[in-house]
Amino acid sequence: MSSLQMPKVDNAIMSKKDKIASDLRGIINSKNVLSNPDELRPFETDGLTAYRQMPLLVVMPETVEEVSQILKYCNENKVKVVPRGAGTGLSGGSMPLEDCVLMAMGKFNKIIEIDYENRCVVTQPCVTNLAITHAVQDKGFYYAPDPSSQIACSIGGNVAENSGGVHSLKYGATTNNLLGIQVVLMDGTVTKFGGKAMDAEGYDFLGLMTGSEGLLGVITEVTVKILKSPEVVKAALVGFPSIEDAGNCVAEIIAEGCIPAGMEIMDKALTKATNDYSKAGYPTDAEAMMIVEFDGTEHEVEAYIQKTKEIAEKNNSSSLKISKSNEERLKFWAGRKAAFPACGVLAPDYMCMDGSIPRGKLAEVLNEISRLSKKYNLPVANAFHAGDGNLHPLIMFDANDKESLRKCEEFGADILKYCVKVGGALTGEHGVGIEKRELMCEAFNDKDIQQQLTIKVALDPNSLLNPGKVYPILRKCAEEGRVHVHGGKTKFPDIPRF
Amino acid sequence: MSMEEKQNSQTSLDFNQNIFKPTLREEIVEIVKTCYRKNIPLEINGLKSKNKIGRNFQSEKTLDLSDYKGIIDYKPEELYIKVKAGTPLKEIVGELDKNNQQLAFEPNDFGYLFSGQSNSGSIGGVVSCNFAGSRRFKVGSVRDHILGFQGINGKGETIKSGGTVVKNVTGYDLSKLVSGSFGTLTILTELSIKVLPKPETSKTLIIKNPHLKKALDFLGKALSSSTDPSGGVFYPDYFGKDFVLNDLTHDGGLTAIRIEGPTNSVDQRASRLSKELGLLDQELSILDSEQSNIFWSRTKNLEVFKSLKTNLLRIVLPMSETLQVIQKLKNFEIKYFIDWGGGLIWASFDQLNTKILSEIKDIVKKHQGYMTLIKVEEDLKASADIFTIDPIKYKISEKIKRSFDPKRIFNPGKMYTGI
Repeated sequence: MSSLQMPKVDNAIMSKKDKIASDLRGIINSKNVLSNPDELRPFETDGLTAYRQMPLLVVMPETVEEVSQILKYCNENKVKVVPRGAGTGLSGGSMPLEDCVLMAMGKFNKIIEIDYENRCVVTQPCVTNLAITHAVQDKGFYYAPDPSSQIACSIGGNVAENSGGVHSLKYGATTNNLLGIQVVLMDGTVTKFGGKAMDAEGYDFLGLMTGSEGLLGVITEVTVKILKSPEVVKAALVGFPSIEDAGNCVAEIIAEGCIPAGMEIMDKALTKATNDYSKAGYPTDAEAMMIVEFDGTEHEVEAYIQKTKEIAEKNNSSSLKISKSNEERLKFWAGRKAAFPACGVLAPDYMCMDGSIPRGKLAEVLNEISRLSKKYNLPVANAFHAGDGNLHPLIMFDANDKESLRKCEEFGADILKYCVKVGGALTGEHGVGIEKRELMCEAFNDKDIQQQLTIKVALDPNSLLNPGKVYPILRKCAEEGRVHVHGGKTKFPDIPRF
Repeated sequence: MSMEEKQNSQTSLDFNQNIFKPTLREEIVEIVKTCYRKNIPLEINGLKSKNKIGRNFQSEKTLDLSDYKGIIDYKPEELYIKVKAGTPLKEIVGELDKNNQQLAFEPNDFGYLFSGQSNSGSIGGVVSCNFAGSRRFKVGSVRDHILGFQGINGKGETIKSGGTVVKNVTGYDLSKLVSGSFGTLTILTELSIKVLPKPETSKTLIIKNPHLKKALDFLGKALSSSTDPSGGVFYPDYFGKDFVLNDLTHDGGLTAIRIEGPTNSVDQRASRLSKELGLLDQELSILDSEQSNIFWSRTKNLEVFKSLKTNLLRIVLPMSETLQVIQKLKNFEIKYFIDWGGGLIWASFDQLNTKILSEIKDIVKKHQGYMTLIKVEEDLKASADIFTIDPIKYKISEKIKRSFDPKRIFNPGKMYTGI
C-alpha cells in the first residue's frame, strides 16, 4: 500500500503520553482509559483495513458529561481526538493518528426512548442500525436507511457518514431520516440540533453535522424517525443482453413514475461470480442483471411490477422472474449481498470503489471501466445501485505484487475521476475519509474547499477533531480511493458490504 | 488599478444605484466584492413573496435577483432540475408539469397572505426560507430536495457544494446549511433540485369533526398506518366554510387526510384507512383527485388567512404536544389550523404584544417546539424575536455566519441581532 501522509505528529504530545493518560484517568473511570499496545491494537484500523495506525490512547467515555470533559481537556492541551463508533466505515474515517486520543463510543449502546406517538426513536450513538429496527418491528415499524453493514454499523457512525443503503432512492439516506442529534463540540460545548419536532429553525446544523465524518463534533444522542413497515415487498430479477438495455430500462422505469424501493444492476462478471458463490439462480448468460424491488400495498406493488415487466420486455430483457414469496425475494438478494466474498474467490485482493454517476451514464461509465480494465490489465466486476446512481466497481489485483497494486490504485483513481467528469461524485455513501481525500480537488476548486475548511475552523479552531480526514493534505490528486481487501479478509468478513 | 478593480471594470456596473438587478453572475460577484471592500450591507431579494418574514434591518443597497433567472438544465429521467436562483417557482412547476413531475415538498405560497394574490416567489427564496407544505412528514422538507448549489459568499467568491446526483457524501453538506438561512450566508446563484414523478392520482378523506383531540387521534392513527398518507390537516369549525367543494357535504370543522399513488392502490388504501379509523358514511366525504388538489392547494396557500391583516405565527411541535399547546393558547384569542399531520400549527391572534408573545414562546419552548413570527405589526417586529434560538446555538450561528460572510454584509440582522 502506498504510504499515506497524515498530519504532522506532535512530539510534545507523544512525550506526554503518561501524563495525558493520567489526566484522563482523573476525568473518567480509569479502566476506561487504555494505554498499553495490546489494548490499543483492536482500534488501529476501521473497515478500510489497508491503513493501520495505533493511537496514543483510547478513551471509552460512559456519559455525555465525560465526553464533554475529555474534549475540553484535549482542546485546552492541544491533543488530537478521533471519534469512533463501531469502526465499520469503509473510507478510514475513524483511523487513528499516532498522537491522538481515540474516543471509542462503544459504551453508548442503549436505546433511550421509543416514542410511537411521534414515530421516532431516541438512542445513544453506538446502537447498531439494525437494532433500531429490531426494537420497533414488533409494532410493525422500522428504520429506513439500511447500509449493508447494518448488523454491525452504529447509528452514530451512520450520522457521521450520512450512510445510504439499497433503499435510499425511495426513503433517502440518513440525513433524510434524522430528527435530531445531541453533539459535543471540540471545546466541550454540549448542544442539541433538532429534536422531535420537524425542521429545527435557524441554520441547519443537523444537516451540516450529518456526513461531516467526525470533523465537527462528537455525536452523543440520535433521534431518528421510524416508518410503518410496508405491507407487501416484491422483487423482480431481470436479465439483459447488454448493459445499454439495462440502463435504458432503469431510466424508463424512473421516467414512468415508478420509484422502486431498490434497484440494483450487476455486470456479467459479477453475476457469474456471485451466482457461483451463492447459487442464487441468476441468469449467468445475461450481460447485465437487474434486481428491482417494490414495496407498498398489494395493489400498488402489483401495478409497479406489471409496469416493470412491460418496460423490461420493451428493452429486450432476456429473462424475468418475479418473487413469489419472501424467501424467494431474499434469495434474489443473497447473491448480490455476497458480492465481496464472491470476488475474494476470484483474486487474492480486490478494491471496492464508490463513485456516484447520473443513471443515464451507466453504459458510458461501464464502457470506460472496461477500457481501463484492459489498459491496466486488471479484471473488474461491477455492482450498481442503479436507482440512485451509486457505482461499486471491484478491481481485482494482487497486493503482494507492487506493480499490480500501483496499477490498481491508478485504475481506481481513473474511475472516480471519470465519475466526476460525467457529472457524478467521488463518493456516494462510503465517505471521503482518508482514502479519497486527495481526490477532492477533482470535485471542488480551492475556493469550495476553503469555504468548507473555514467552517471547520469556526467550530474547531485548533483543528484537533479528526484531522487529516476528508480534506486534501497533499493538495494533489493522488491515486487513492478504494476499499482494499487482502485474501478475502475484510475486517468484518461476516458483514454484508455496500 | 488593482487586479480586482481591473476585473470589475470589465462589467459596466454603476455602483451609485441603490438597487442592483443583475443578469450575470459576474455582476453579482462584482457587487459583492465592492460591498465587501466598502463594508456596505446588502439586502437580497427574489420575488419578494416572503421578504416581510424576518427582522427589519438597515441596508444601503438592494440586490434584486428577479432577473437572474432561467432553467439551466432539466433531466426528467435523472430526476433533477438545475436553475438560476431567481427563477420563479411557477416557471419551474410549469416546466415539470410537462413531464408529469413535481417538487414534492409543495412549498407554501405566501402571496395570498401578504398581498392577497398568488406569489409563490423565486426558487432561491423558497430554499432560503425552507418552508415545506403538507407532504413534509412523508417526503421531507425543502432542504431534503436540494442536491447542490452554487453561491457567492460574503467575500465575493463563487462556491459550490453537492451536485446533481442524489447520492453524494463528498464534503460537508452545505446545501442543508444554506436552506433556511434567509439569505444570510450566501447569495444563491444556481440550485440543483431533486424532482419526483407526480402521483398518478390522489384522494382525500374529509372527516366531519370539530374537535382537535379527535382530529389528532385520527391523524396519529393515519400516519402510523401502512396506508402511507401524504397530507394530514385539521381545520376548526370557523374555517370549515372556506372549503366549498362539490363532494364536501358539510361545512364545519374537518380533518383531511390525503392518499396518493397509483389509482387502484389509492382506492384500496383510502377504503382501508376509513375502516381503520372506524368512520361512518355520514361523517365522511371523499374528494376525487381534482377536488383533492384544490383542497391541498388552498392549504399550501394559507388561503384561510388570505384577509388576515396581522399576527400570524407558525409553530412547529412534536405531534404529541400539539393538543396541550393549543389548549394553552386558547387563553388568547386565536384562530388556527393544523398541518403536517399534527406537527405544525398556523395560528393567528387577535391581539399580540411583546408580553403575550413571550408567554406564547415560553409555552412552545416548554413543549419542545419553536415558533416563527410570519406576519406581525411593524412595532412588534422591531421589539420581538422573530425566530427562536438559544445562547449556544446563537454562538455557533455567529461563527458559521462569519465563515461565509465575514463582514456581515448579507441581510445583516435579518434572522438575529448581530448575525
